[in-house]
Amino acid sequence: MTTVAPAPQDPPQDIQPEDLQIVTSRFHNPQGHTLAAYIQSGGYSGLQRALEMAPAKVHDEVRAASLLGRGGAGFPAGVKWGFCPPQVWPRYLVVNGDESEPGTYKDRLLMERDPHQLIEGCMIACYALGLSQCFLYVRGEMAHAQERLAAALNEAYEAGYVGANVCGSKHFSVDITLHWGAGAYIVGEETALIESLEGNRGMPRLKPPFFPAAIGLYGKPTIVNNVETLSNLPWIIANGGEAFAAMGAESSTGTRVFAVSGHVVNPGVFEVPFGTTTFRDIIFSSRYGGGLRPDRSLKAFIPGGASAPWFYEEHLDLHLEKTAVDKAGSMLGSGAIVVMDDTTNIVAACHNLVRFFARESCGKCTPCREGTSWLEKILSRILAGQGRPQDLDLLLDVCDNISPGIKWPPRQTTICPLGPSAVSPIASALQRFRSEFEAYTP
Amino acid sequence: MNAPESLATEVGINITINGEPFAAAEGELVIAAAERAGVYIPHFCYHPRMSSVGMCRMCIVDIDTGRGPALQPSCMVPVSENMVVDTTSPQTKKAQDGVLEFLLLNHPLDCPVCDKGGECPLQDQTMAYGPGESRFVEEKRHYEKPIAVNDLVFLDRERCILCDRCTRFADEVAGDRLITFQDRGDQTQVNTFPHLPFSSYFSGNTVQICPVGALTAKPYRFKARPWDLSEVESTYPNPMGDRVVVQASRDQVLRYQGADSDAVNWGWLADKDRFSFEANVSEMRLGAPLVRGTPLGVPDAAGTELVQTTWHTALTQAADAISAAIDAHGPASVAVLGGAQLPNEDQYAWARLAKAVIGTDNTDAQLHDGLPAEAVLGLPRATINQACTPGGTVILLAPDPKEQHGTLYLRLRHALTKDDVQLIELTPTASGLSHLAAHRLHHRPAEAHAVAVALVGGEMAPDGNGCIGGVLADDVAAAAASLAARADRPITVILGRPSLAEPASCTLAAASELAQFGKLLEAGGRPGLAFLPLLHRGNVFGALDMGLAPRLLPGRVGLANPNPALRKVWGSLPQTPGLDAHGILSAAANGQIQVLILLGADPLSDMVNRELAMKALDAVPTVIASDTLPNSSTAKADIVFAAAAFTERDGTHTNAEGRVTRQRQIVTPNATARPDWAIASELAGQLGCDFGYTSPQDIWAEVCHLAPSHQHLQAAQLDSRDGALVIESSIDFAGSEQVEPTPSVDSYSLRLVSTRQMYGKATITQNAPSLAGLARPATLLLNGSDFQRLGVAQRTVVRVISNTGELDVPVSSSADVPRGTAALAYNHPDVDVRALLNHQEAVTDIRILTK
Repeated sequence: MTTVAPAPQDPPQDIQPEDLQIVTSRFHNPQGHTLAAYIQSGGYSGLQRALEMAPAKVHDEVRAASLLGRGGAGFPAGVKWGFCPPQVWPRYLVVNGDESEPGTYKDRLLMERDPHQLIEGCMIACYALGLSQCFLYVRGEMAHAQERLAAALNEAYEAGYVGANVCGSKHFSVDITLHWGAGAYIVGEETALIESLEGNRGMPRLKPPFFPAAIGLYGKPTIVNNVETLSNLPWIIANGGEAFAAMGAESSTGTRVFAVSGHVVNPGVFEVPFGTTTFRDIIFSSRYGGGLRPDRSLKAFIPGGASAPWFYEEHLDLHLEKTAVDKAGSMLGSGAIVVMDDTTNIVAACHNLVRFFARESCGKCTPCREGTSWLEKILSRILAGQGRPQDLDLLLDVCDNISPGIKWPPRQTTICPLGPSAVSPIASALQRFRSEFEAYTP
Repeated sequence: MNAPESLATEVGINITINGEPFAAAEGELVIAAAERAGVYIPHFCYHPRMSSVGMCRMCIVDIDTGRGPALQPSCMVPVSENMVVDTTSPQTKKAQDGVLEFLLLNHPLDCPVCDKGGECPLQDQTMAYGPGESRFVEEKRHYEKPIAVNDLVFLDRERCILCDRCTRFADEVAGDRLITFQDRGDQTQVNTFPHLPFSSYFSGNTVQICPVGALTAKPYRFKARPWDLSEVESTYPNPMGDRVVVQASRDQVLRYQGADSDAVNWGWLADKDRFSFEANVSEMRLGAPLVRGTPLGVPDAAGTELVQTTWHTALTQAADAISAAIDAHGPASVAVLGGAQLPNEDQYAWARLAKAVIGTDNTDAQLHDGLPAEAVLGLPRATINQACTPGGTVILLAPDPKEQHGTLYLRLRHALTKDDVQLIELTPTASGLSHLAAHRLHHRPAEAHAVAVALVGGEMAPDGNGCIGGVLADDVAAAAASLAARADRPITVILGRPSLAEPASCTLAAASELAQFGKLLEAGGRPGLAFLPLLHRGNVFGALDMGLAPRLLPGRVGLANPNPALRKVWGSLPQTPGLDAHGILSAAANGQIQVLILLGADPLSDMVNRELAMKALDAVPTVIASDTLPNSSTAKADIVFAAAAFTERDGTHTNAEGRVTRQRQIVTPNATARPDWAIASELAGQLGCDFGYTSPQDIWAEVCHLAPSHQHLQAAQLDSRDGALVIESSIDFAGSEQVEPTPSVDSYSLRLVSTRQMYGKATITQNAPSLAGLARPATLLLNGSDFQRLGVAQRTVVRVISNTGELDVPVSSSADVPRGTAALAYNHPDVDVRALLNHQEAVTDIRILTK
């Protein structure tokens, strides 16, 4: 067993989260999901304000905010919006609410506790881009979020915030269509989501040649945005893009919602300034994760969802900031931080993660379909005490055939990154904790 | 799509493949460009006739588009200027080895008992690239061994490598999305939906394109190993002239595979044709000539049975009967019916025998269920590729291509779904393409003419209901506008008989209007309008070109204008113009025909007027038949010649476009069966004229010498897969006579429509055990509103009465049938719609009695 130095006991720097809450500001209000409470707390003022501006101006505000996509890839939303080929209509907005990365549950709470904020964000995006149809795709298992969104959408339609002639405007009408997924992780990948929305099997499309912004839903230009990304828009329009950009770090603006889970005292969803908070803050601050259980030490943590390579003790002082984390060899991904303390069986943890990817592989690309399940079978065998010494190199070679070179950022022999996702935990675990595997394979 | 044809025209993207420069075509995929450059990139899911999905990942190679080499699927990436492709880099090799290892993890490796072994891409590539030993020590995936996905195809999911070819074919090409992926991860499998078989007319193609032995066809399972098969490329005798590879072992045909002809079938075949080889090896095949005899097998002209005899006896009897008839009643007392199934050479030999030796012009290859030869040969002819020109227009004035001409349906479907071709249906009922049609003008039976007039911008005179021929005038106007809007691109009329319950004149009248419109367009400098005729029976277009029709001579020449070379070789020609099938049988029924020769024709089952055919066959003193299989008409014959089937002799075939392609012999004829050209030559010899033919090649040389339309054909062209196109024609189609207005339907009656469906009572289908049971149960189809008025449950048996006859048949509602119309298929094995057909009028009205 690797021993890890005990966590520092000094409290993290004191911050005032109430001042910095953008998308979770209504989470404390049990009625925050209703239209009345939403309007009372300034809801739909962003949309009203947007309607007074020219659509291009709204787009400019979002560009000025440097709002990074909150789904995983972290691509600037304002830039993505500009990728639609000119003169091709109709276009669609698709909201990716298929949050299913293990450890990630921020979008679910955003939909359950503040559905109107998301709807308002959709309306602002549609206004900025001149769209009249939005599809809101919600993960199949999220029954509560689905109910809350449906109820909120009915309220919004009735109050004239969605539908024909939004807020009494003359030329702005938008329909939002709710769509429940059928329970597949892969549909969180935007092209698979589009396939699913079209009624097909959720399997990713190859891109390039065509990104959804050029050829997406029903073959038309389609903007796919994450729930959290869109939930930021009402605040950005109400307070201005520059105010948003002033928060957080220069390269990662605003706030970001992280879901902390695993071996921490206080697991939960926390909105923190993006880029200026460190992993140590979010894991150990009493305001957030609350640190490890007594007498436990940190073994490893996953910084950005199950697909991300693991971080360790030495990474704790990294800022939650895109570039820095990328440079350190992992990613902030979907905003899920999973903490493992010294009681963790690394082989079992690794197997648990790989099994997830093996079961969720859509079956399209051979290396992912066959490779992930092979990895899972080898790990099962090792855990069952049937491992052979050569299995560790075999694991790595299978990983190499899914993700050539086992590098970060990963290269892949597959269409989407699901296959390489299963490689991350194995590569990390074998690199750092090879002795624990060897203990299983005498 | 990447049809090589289009590639050849615009070459111009410079790329480097494995260090060698290559000029690729714009939009061409890397894998296709590499193939043309002589570099084979291994693949499983890529198929040039379907869209790429990039699933198998076998074709990933290093592609450098200026940002450094990266592994990319070559089946998904189009070429770009200065692209560098490396298919041999260590990185590529490692990735491909990895994919192959992954594919083999769960593959059972049961090659020794697998039909695909020996012709299996997975096996071949494992031999070429595989490591030879597996590192997989876990248990493989298990499924129930082969499950039947339909009556013809078995699926072994353990062997499947999930390349998406079959499922893509079903969805994208055939439009029958009945097999799909189910479950996910390594449990992903191809399967049908519960209680819904893969009932597609084209399922056999999935077997052919399966890159492993997962899909196998019932008629071929465990019959042969690929290395024991010999094969020739040939043409399937259907009006499309589908190119096929015929494979045989130990002198028995075992399999037909589609050959990828750019001009015709793109490698596809309909199951009905693919599996019809069973009929050729059927026990029922005629192996020796038959003559009348006693039940003990002794030849006796007055005998009640058909008994085997020698060729000499049969030929002599036939020649004597013909001579006697000519002597006593003149040459016109001999008639030749059929011949549409024979190759061109055999048709020519029979045409020469009938017209030059016997001296009768009473010949007709069609059985009154087609179109007059003058119309087919006189109207401007389109090719299939012309019909599928991107952005063009197709007018369907024909029966459902899906039911009758499978591969044309597939080509048209591709054109409609991928190439922006617009379809205007001018038919009495819906077709398999209706859901893709831009305009569906489903008119009242026999009233196509009025709609055609309005469609081409003529008089728009709606009746009291705002309809023209039963179609809303607004719909016709919308179609007319679409037609005019695309007049700068080719317009193709698919011309056939949309219903056998109405005379051909109804269709011809509409065709004449369209032809007039085409001439106007051409005069205005537009591409104009051409016709792709769709007739029933194998080589019917060859028969018309070879002169097996009244008033015609070989080479698309009228009897009145023979060319001198032909007159010289043939010697004499018939003095009087002859009769068509209806005329021949009418004359026969009146006792004017002494000898009736049936060339693979079965008028008793095929002739629209069944009573007339029965009367005629009873009245003719000597009926001579030449056929491969016995049928209801050969049973009535006095002399039956055993003919060779299409795999048993060489020849050439002509398709609907006028495309001539080769057919090649691969097995010896069944028992003593002879090719029809040899039978004709023998008879001619006995009648005193030595044709001097020793092979079909001799005959073809004579055809190319004497037939004006065929004089330009080169042997080398004929040897190519796409063959040669016969274009010239000296026949003029004068247009059809004025159509008489159809009587109005009374409010208690429905007007009948009848066309053939894919599987029916055809002799070949019924003698192929795998196909015989596939015919849909007979059903009278009515529009929902008409059906509701009956007040009966679906598939209730009702009595259908016309003023000619009556029959009992189950009735169902169908959205394919407009109000006031009833549809009953023409070729049901068990229900014969001909009992109802009214031959005195243009329409047949029926009433329905419920019990």
